Amino acid sequence: MRVAIIGVGMTKFGEVWDKSYRQLFVEAGIEAIKDAGIDPNDIEAIYGGSMTPGQFINQEHVASLVADQAGLENIPAVRVEAACASGSLALRQAYLAIKAGEYDLVLVGGVEKMTDILTPQAVGALASAADQEWEGFYGVTFPGLYAMMARRHMYEYGTTEEQLAMVAVKNHHNGAKNPKAQFRFEITVDQVLNSPMVAEPLKLLDCSPITDGAAAVILANEKTAKEYTDTPIWILGSGHATDTIALHDRKSLTRLDATIIAAKQAYKQAKIKPKDVDIAEVHDCFTIAEIMAIEDLGFVGKGEGGKAVEEGMTSLNGELPVNTSGGLKACGHPVGATGVKQVVEIALQLRNEAGKRQVKDVEIGLTHNVGGSGGTAVVHIFSM
Amino acid sequence: MSVPRFWRGIPARYRLIGSKCKNCNEVYYPPRKVCPKCKKARMDEVKLKGRGKIETYTVIHVAPEGFEEQVPYVVAIVRLEEGPCLTTQIVDCEPEDIYIGMPVEACFRRINEDGEAGVIYYGLKFRPTE
Amino acid sequence: MSVGIAGYGVYIPKYRIKAEEIARVWGADAENIKKSLGIKEKAVAARDEDTITIAVEASKNALEMAKINPKDIRAIYVGSESHPYAVKPTAATLAEAIGATPELTAADYEFACKAGTAGLQNCIALVESNMIKYGLACGADTAQASPGDALEYTAACGGAAYIVGRKSDDTVAYFEGTFSYTTDTPDFWRREGQAYPRHGGRFTGGPAYFKHIVNAATGLMKKLGLSVNDFDYVVFHQPNAKFPLRAAKMLGIDAGKLKAGLLVSETGNFYSGSSLVGLAAILDVAEPNSRILCVSYGSGAGSDAFSIVVQDAIEEKRIERNVAYYLKRKVYIDYTTYLKLRRIVKGG
Repeated sequence: MRVAIIGVGMTKFGEVWDKSYRQLFVEAGIEAIKDAGIDPNDIEAIYGGSMTPGQFINQEHVASLVADQAGLENIPAVRVEAACASGSLALRQAYLAIKAGEYDLVLVGGVEKMTDILTPQAVGALASAADQEWEGFYGVTFPGLYAMMARRHMYEYGTTEEQLAMVAVKNHHNGAKNPKAQFRFEITVDQVLNSPMVAEPLKLLDCSPITDGAAAVILANEKTAKEYTDTPIWILGSGHATDTIALHDRKSLTRLDATIIAAKQAYKQAKIKPKDVDIAEVHDCFTIAEIMAIEDLGFVGKGEGGKAVEEGMTSLNGELPVNTSGGLKACGHPVGATGVKQVVEIALQLRNEAGKRQVKDVEIGLTHNVGGSGGTAVVHIFSM
Repeated sequence: MSVPRFWRGIPARYRLIGSKCKNCNEVYYPPRKVCPKCKKARMDEVKLKGRGKIETYTVIHVAPEGFEEQVPYVVAIVRLEEGPCLTTQIVDCEPEDIYIGMPVEACFRRINEDGEAGVIYYGLKFRPTE
Repeated sequence: MSVGIAGYGVYIPKYRIKAEEIARVWGADAENIKKSLGIKEKAVAARDEDTITIAVEASKNALEMAKINPKDIRAIYVGSESHPYAVKPTAATLAEAIGATPELTAADYEFACKAGTAGLQNCIALVESNMIKYGLACGADTAQASPGDALEYTAACGGAAYIVGRKSDDTVAYFEGTFSYTTDTPDFWRREGQAYPRHGGRFTGGPAYFKHIVNAATGLMKKLGLSVNDFDYVVFHQPNAKFPLRAAKMLGIDAGKLKAGLLVSETGNFYSGSSLVGLAAILDVAEPNSRILCVSYGSGAGSDAFSIVVQDAIEEKRIERNVAYYLKRKVYIDYTTYLKLRRIVKGG
């Protein structure tokens, strides 16, 4: 039995001072419901991804809060957490429930409100995705963990800081065309290279920002989907894997095995190969993450990610456009929302509704969402 | 870091006590209960020597809360002689002198403190072996 | 008495600040200061070092020499004027770090710069009375000095550790005896809650340092029936390079005997570590059967004197990380870095 996306919605991503956590997810949810053309009363369950409302706004039990604020009395609601992969994992849980025949129509959302606390506190909250006892305790930060991967990737494969910068430049170029993106301006390689150092070799413009935002999609089983739309976006494959939480326990410092395994599962289920993918949203929390992602997803060979970006393979008009939404870097990274936002972007692209950033002739899209420094990865494959 | 949590980790943090699987002899640090290799849950305590090589490193310029005054500091992943890797700071040398493969040894240092009136957290950092 | 040194170790941090650099900031005459104190530069701890970390490193070196199971150490005493906590013992963290816990007695000592040797006397007594097999005594400090004060040129960071046990063929040296001289002499003090000590200027000389060192040394020699000629090496507490030499003169001791142990001009004053690090420098080079006179001094005031004879075992037991190793290992810093490392300037 197939499962499809029949409606999408998202808020503008950015420093949204005048909207609270609850206002953000309600806004995204309403847009998705409207886009799907469904009666909200037909929604049977809510699955939401949110990394740590406990640390950001001191609020837990958000499943109840979301159901309450959505006006959907007594509806079953689940909050899913896998650090930065919370959003896509929520999607997967909803997908599994529908596949199991438990529900016909489900609302999936992701939301994070990160700017109600000071930046150092937000950075500390994000760091809880790492091993608190054995990584965080010694003063390593998220940029620090990815910087160590970048250093090793440069050492093993000759990847350059310029190639890293090109990822940010590309994603800003795409973000400038996305009305919902946090950053809608272009940047240059020089600007990236000269931005303040955060954790060598990663600089400020190599890093995704702190963002508020929410995104939502409506999921339905095949029968229900066909009742509502002529353009259901089918989930062809869904993959999910974990790896050690601490970077130092991984088998390799230059790849994410969680991505490789989750992607293999998704490709197998979808009965496709990496080269069949026309467009992808990957997890560029830091520029190096995108370079490793296109290698781990099988789009290019090991160590060739830097060259691929440099040669324009993943540009908007390239062979395999990556992060047309602007990615985490330019669209923004409200942690729990990102995974769902990626799905929104792929759905819009497949439906030919991506406006100025529309890619021609896309039939198969892929989303790739990672938790922490690679402790979780979730990959989904979609088609029209 | 709460006091009980820190205290619980003292044997591992001060003396590099790790785990050795009774079944397949694989060594782990920090200690753990279940061997990921053979999935058995029978471990011996093992004291690691504290010598290793740098696998990768970075210099932190934007620090988390509590580490601001240490900036810039070097964080690295070190592979110990016995096999496991750990995350640590590298001290007693200039960041420019650090390289992948550099041999290092453990030394006892202050890691952090809970403000001026709170507990001081001690542990091991690594310095170049000469 | 049949108590010996099973092993000893020192630790001196890497950073150094020159007297000229301090003088530059305070508009003082560097050459004059260097001449009058006999001091060139001093050792400064890194921001993540303190008395506990110094004691741990020195003790690990001592264990490397002694080659004993740390769990056989049944008493640990750390003497310092800069224990990281006012209440929570340095000795307990040291015990845990070297794996001596949990079956031992431990405590911290305070007596200005002779806190380390006071702990050493206690270990000697516990071994001599057969209450313990091995005891560990440390003297270590990250001394506080008020910016702009004369003491700023000499207050340094460093320490030594001595593992004491029953005299045997494996001990590197043995104690012939110890003698102490103690009075209430307010030459140098620090009140609770105050960041920096105060001192009585010239009063710290005659009635304080010299009176106690000379009387302790004299008392020890009388007790053991020895004279100054019986000693091959001499080390006194070193607040500067001049005081020990003058005390030697007062006792009729040839200045040459102090050379091996007189480190202060290159290292600064280690406070509770001072005489003990100096003693280690002598043990690093002394031939078997040499006799060493070691006298500490702590303001407030008191001196502990020891007569130590070197044994044959020392020749193969000496380790690589001796005093000379740490003296060679140095990196110069400027005054602002010094203020940051010593936490004299800090963030809000």
